Amino acid sequence: MKRSVYTGLLLVLIVAFFIGCSAPAGNEDEIRIGVNYELSGGVASYGQSSVDGIELAIKQINEAGGVDGKKITLVKYDNKSEPAEATTLANKLMTQDNVVAVIGPATSGAFKSQIPVAEQNKIPVASGSATADDVTVDASGVKEYAFRICFSDSYQGTAMANFALNNLSKEKAVVIMDSSSDYGKGLADNFIKTFEEGGGTIVAHESYVSKDTDFNAILTSIRGQDFDVIFIPGYYEEAGLIINQARAQGIDVPIIGADGFDSPELVNLAGADALNDVYFSNHYSSLDKDPIVVQFIEDFKKEYDREPDAFNALGYDVAKFVVDGISRAEKLDGESVKEALESTTNFEGVTGSFSIDENHNAIKAIKVIELQNGVQESVITAGQ
Amino acid sequence: MEGLLQQIVNGITLGSIYALMALGYTMVYGIIRLINFAHADIYMIGAYVGYYCMSFFGLGFLPSLIIAMFICTLLGIIIEKIAYRPLRNATRISVLITAIGVSLFLEYGTMFFVTANVRTYPEMTGLLARTIKMGNIVISMQQILLVSITIVLMILLQFIVKTTRIGKAMRAVSMDKDAAELMGINVDSTISFTFGLGSALAGAAGVLVGVYYNSINPLMGMVPGLKAFIAAVFGGIGIIPGAMIGGYFIGAVEVLVAGYGNSMYRDAVVFGILILVLIVKPSGLLGKNTREKV
Repeated sequence: MKRSVYTGLLLVLIVAFFIGCSAPAGNEDEIRIGVNYELSGGVASYGQSSVDGIELAIKQINEAGGVDGKKITLVKYDNKSEPAEATTLANKLMTQDNVVAVIGPATSGAFKSQIPVAEQNKIPVASGSATADDVTVDASGVKEYAFRICFSDSYQGTAMANFALNNLSKEKAVVIMDSSSDYGKGLADNFIKTFEEGGGTIVAHESYVSKDTDFNAILTSIRGQDFDVIFIPGYYEEAGLIINQARAQGIDVPIIGADGFDSPELVNLAGADALNDVYFSNHYSSLDKDPIVVQFIEDFKKEYDREPDAFNALGYDVAKFVVDGISRAEKLDGESVKEALESTTNFEGVTGSFSIDENHNAIKAIKVIELQNGVQESVITAGQ
Repeated sequence: MEGLLQQIVNGITLGSIYALMALGYTMVYGIIRLINFAHADIYMIGAYVGYYCMSFFGLGFLPSLIIAMFICTLLGIIIEKIAYRPLRNATRISVLITAIGVSLFLEYGTMFFVTANVRTYPEMTGLLARTIKMGNIVISMQQILLVSITIVLMILLQFIVKTTRIGKAMRAVSMDKDAAELMGINVDSTISFTFGLGSALAGAAGVLVGVYYNSINPLMGMVPGLKAFIAAVFGGIGIIPGAMIGGYFIGAVEVLVAGYGNSMYRDAVVFGILILVLIVKPSGLLGKNTREKV
């Protein structure tokens, strides 16, 4: 009995010691922003790319004098690609590290899981790449403290259906869908709906699951049918193989997809010879001749010695977007920053200029990239 | 008609891979009554060995295949020595759990070293990049290669098992381990050899899959491994020709369901077959109904 009292006392002391240690001294000359990203685990490449973009943006802002003479400090944590870990870290950032806003995570699931924490602590969170439809708004209303600067999955599905109908003038589509992800299903549903409303017909609707490698059976069965375009809502791992096997079977109609296609691996998986007449929607293209984009590519190359990809660009934009909000906020607290972010209009970003709508989504144009012989041939800006 | 012929080509290609893997499951089961779940991961390691041979050392297809088979043989023997031999007299369930442990160890150990990213084999050139067109039927040289190497390996395996001394020993051990030992057969080395042989086939399947599908990752063994296991059960687990027939059968079913039924139900049908076999004829297509000795 006595022993447990001592143990209890000891525990209290230890806890008190750690709390004492971790309480950060409030520094008047810095503004702290939390960075909660997938730096290891399954989607580490998304997180790492985003953080490269964020760090470049913050470095530039600090070199230009910071915000009102205060330097921006990033507090960076790795959520290991796990939503539960993202929630824990969000709590730590908001209650112990005293950040005014949190950037990230990159994926919708992890981002959504930290929103309740944000609402509880009244600290805004912003993601550059959470594209799921219900990230910032769901049946219960707008998530007051959540923002994103990318378009949603349903928007992409609709945009690609319009692109197939209007830009490519195709009317008979085959959909080969990744049935193991919400991403694939969301894209497919919206594509089919818009395509049929626009006068097109869906000739066949096939599906696969992630990590499949053999698509020959599906392709052979659609080969005998009359269609003029294939839509693949899914990620590059399987899309690359589908394109490869489709071209090998002599199917040469245009193939279209969404931002899941965006990876340097796509060309290795499909083979450069097969990657013809392939179109996909994306947030950003290095072919864009907009002066902001040209400047960004130059700066990025100087810093990291490689070409930026879409996640780099989105990370860069979301960091600038958050800092822009902070600079316009009346006071340096979560509530004021949130109000400033809500009123963002015509923000000039690398991924296009956008305004924040009443659902905390960015209203922006979509870019459709054309691939010929494995390289980006052209970029078309579509939809607004 | 042309569609059906093309589907048959697809099915034979896919079935060859399942058959090669199923052989490893069935041989190991036949000899020590263990479902070696690590087998599918040896297949994955084979694919990675082939990948590094081709893209870093610039070796051709055949040398890479042989190196991968050799390394997988060693790996199979080492796994048996370290993980399964100490449990030779343990209950079957503890060995089974160990097999799952080895499987996870290989998967995530590989992921630690090579990351979870998808890798692509270098693009094939020359003869291997060609395709043959007959009317509307397209057959690639890679498909022909995959099927012919599978058949050569199967004939070789039949030859080893049926005519050589070690093959005779394998059959003896699988029939009755104790009696075989009394007859002067070295049971441990026979079991090692069986693991090595099965692993070599899995390694070959890994390289062939890498070349044909051009995409490998540390978890690539999971689903094909399960399907190959179903193939082995379908043909009658422990029976070598059964594994071959089972492999081609599962490949054909998968292709026909995806091609003529609904691609959404492809995997459901394959796993449904497993349930059906276990209910109707648990000993498999070629298995004899034997009563469990009490």
